[in-house]
Amino acid sequence: MDAAKNPAGSPLLEVEDISKTFPGVRALKGVSLELHAGEVLAVCGENGAGKSTLMNILSGIMPPDDGGRITFRGQPWAPRTPRDAKDSGLVIVHQELQLIPDLDVAQNIALGRKTGPGLPFLVNDRRHRRQCAELLDRLGITIPVSARVGDLSVAEQQMVEIARALSYDAKALIMDEPTAALSQQEAEKLFELVAQLTAEGLGVIYISHRLNEVMQLADRVTVLRDGESVFTAPREDVTRPLLIEKMVGRPIEEDRRVTSEPTGEVALEVSHLSTKALLEDISFTLHRGEILGLAGLMGSGRTELARAIIGADPRSAGTIEIHGSPASARTPSEAVARGVGYLSEDRKGSGLLLEKTVSDNIAIANLPQNSRLGIVNGAALDEIADRHVRSLSIRTPSIHQTVRLLSGGNQQKVIIGRWLERDSDILIVDEPTRGIDVGAKEEIYTILEDLAKAGKSIIVISSEIPEILRISHRIAVMSEGRLAGIVDREGATQDTLMALATAGRESALEGVE
Amino acid sequence: MSTDQSSATTAEAAEATATKTRRGLELQKFALFGALLLLFLIFFIASPNFLTISNISGILLAASVTGILALGVNFVIATGGIDLSVGTGMTLFSVLLAVMGTSAHLGLPLPVAIVLTLVIGALVGMFVGFLVSYMKIPSFIATLAMMMATQGLSLIITSSTPQYFTEHAWFRQIATGQLIPKIPNAVLIFALVALVAWFLMNKTLVGRYAIAIGSNAEATKLSGVNTKRWTLYIYMTAFMFTAVAGIVMASRLNSAQPALGVGYELEAIAAVVIGGTSLAGGRAAIGGTVIGAILMATLNNGLQILGIAQEWQRIAVAIVILVAVWGDSVRRNRAAS
Repeated sequence: MDAAKNPAGSPLLEVEDISKTFPGVRALKGVSLELHAGEVLAVCGENGAGKSTLMNILSGIMPPDDGGRITFRGQPWAPRTPRDAKDSGLVIVHQELQLIPDLDVAQNIALGRKTGPGLPFLVNDRRHRRQCAELLDRLGITIPVSARVGDLSVAEQQMVEIARALSYDAKALIMDEPTAALSQQEAEKLFELVAQLTAEGLGVIYISHRLNEVMQLADRVTVLRDGESVFTAPREDVTRPLLIEKMVGRPIEEDRRVTSEPTGEVALEVSHLSTKALLEDISFTLHRGEILGLAGLMGSGRTELARAIIGADPRSAGTIEIHGSPASARTPSEAVARGVGYLSEDRKGSGLLLEKTVSDNIAIANLPQNSRLGIVNGAALDEIADRHVRSLSIRTPSIHQTVRLLSGGNQQKVIIGRWLERDSDILIVDEPTRGIDVGAKEEIYTILEDLAKAGKSIIVISSEIPEILRISHRIAVMSEGRLAGIVDREGATQDTLMALATAGRESALEGVE
Repeated sequence: MSTDQSSATTAEAAEATATKTRRGLELQKFALFGALLLLFLIFFIASPNFLTISNISGILLAASVTGILALGVNFVIATGGIDLSVGTGMTLFSVLLAVMGTSAHLGLPLPVAIVLTLVIGALVGMFVGFLVSYMKIPSFIATLAMMMATQGLSLIITSSTPQYFTEHAWFRQIATGQLIPKIPNAVLIFALVALVAWFLMNKTLVGRYAIAIGSNAEATKLSGVNTKRWTLYIYMTAFMFTAVAGIVMASRLNSAQPALGVGYELEAIAAVVIGGTSLAGGRAAIGGTVIGAILMATLNNGLQILGIAQEWQRIAVAIVILVAVWGDSVRRNRAAS
């Protein structure tokens, strides 16, 4: 394995001085990197650093500018289409999985492949299943080939996507934020698979925001910033702060913790809350000025808890009290009226009106307050938007900018503005920094902290334990729909939180492994 | 420092894209208007009978009923839904007007019957809205059922015979009178309804929420909007347009024709689509819809004057629809990339 990771001779993939210009923007300015067989090369960089553009060029989605050189397996590399690239052995696994939920595993893996001998329009499900079973077997993936993909967990779907990539006889694999939707534990399984694949001689380009993963998984690291490759080094020579500094272009203080102090006043009290689907007997209190971290593995019920509190999903038992008086919370509109705002983990899917403007997106929770007799006061709404754009430093050319065109961090700030304007004093923030740059993350934390100081009460749901430790006063850990425990931040470490999160799961895990 | 620079360039790029999108939208309005002018020019050159005041007002008259229906459908389409029941719904409302307002039946004073027709329109809309939002029946299915039900009801109520308003001499004047010389009142009503539709869509909660629901229903709901109730209101609004169209139609024909109506819903949807409203929802183009309705009427009229058979007129409209939507999707893809 070590021999494979320190290969002699020419690299598998060599990128030299590649540029890419879009109308008005130079996305890449002479990027160079090399990938050897049997290694994991992590490519890091903030949003807009050029990672996606580079990967799009490598995988045949778009051509680079003239000049520069790409060599793959000793040949000049100029795929015209993604299909072209796949057939020559370079495959990309996109962040947004490209599987069809209603087809089974084998059908998904066979999709778009040549059908082999026989009539080209006939689907030979039986052969596909056999081939697929062989493939999964070789990779050590224990997912039944006849399982409907929509019924699999995100982690399992990820495995299927990787298997599909490898079914093209890949020599190099590009993985774009593969763990964005995975829990730590599921991510570990993915890492094992990656280690196995590199041991077999595959070269892997690994793109991730999660620097812990990069430090754990990569053999070498290349950092892109503003379209340039600014730094390349073997992992041994890299530290987390160094990496951040290279990505952001300035040092970032990372070990900060929340400094404000919560009051004793109870803002939200949840008692014995259960849902039919998952949650069981959950009780906790949230104080004024407090940030309560909500940790747990994927599927442990964190988002479900948030949705039950705001009335987006029905609850089967339990009560909710807001500022000491009972809340029925049967619909989100009631919860909102009582001052509870929810920032979804799925910003694009259920947070933003993506094709609408910044102003529209702030307005959507605040229309009745700014209208008379059903007639909307557009000028007032624009003023409101303007105020929040300034106070939250939302970087946008105008309040009439389509929100889709903003960066993730700025989109998140738009939604925060929406709730601040609604005067929500309890905010439930689900994965507040998913897909957001390292530099911008700290900005979001600061905003949340300031809000807590100003007397808002906040629940922060996060899969990233460092984030939970950074932002919370207390930390509630969920496991299999139950509250496994609540710990003060002083007593909390990565290990204690993981132990709580997996408490209910140990028996189940032993069964699997 | 370099981060600031990079965010500045990103912002500039975003701004450039936004400008491009805006320009694209304006371009489409122009293109649509340009297409209409071009059509006028072609027909003008081809036939001296085309560009006469009486012919133009005929075109506008022909566009008015479809146009009013299309304006209503716009509200449903903005939410991402579709309304297939506007054609036969229009017929049902004109039949109900006849039943309530003529002495052969209930014999209510006609103005009262007109107001009641509007109220019934709102109630039917509420019912369809209820089916879509609370019963979670897809709008396509709910309004398809509604299309069949309204058609059946019209025929049952009238025993399949046309109902005439001849006892009320003034009723015809609603659509065919000429407050402004040479322009039938139906055209004025169309213009007025268009203004109301524009106001509702752009300046009121009904319109804002219709567009918000069409952009992202889940996000709208989680923002505390009672999307179910608003869906009800949106359908109520839409069906009141249908009721207005029913009244105008009845006045124009001076009768309620129970067998009429099928096909109008697709004409209306075509006008909406040509006008640049996306069937995916989240967008509404009231001005475009008006132009779309006029464009279709112009095409039919012009081809008729040139003596081109009706069969070919349909094909011409088909081509216009495809070209309009294709142009829209090309523009959209360009804006997205």
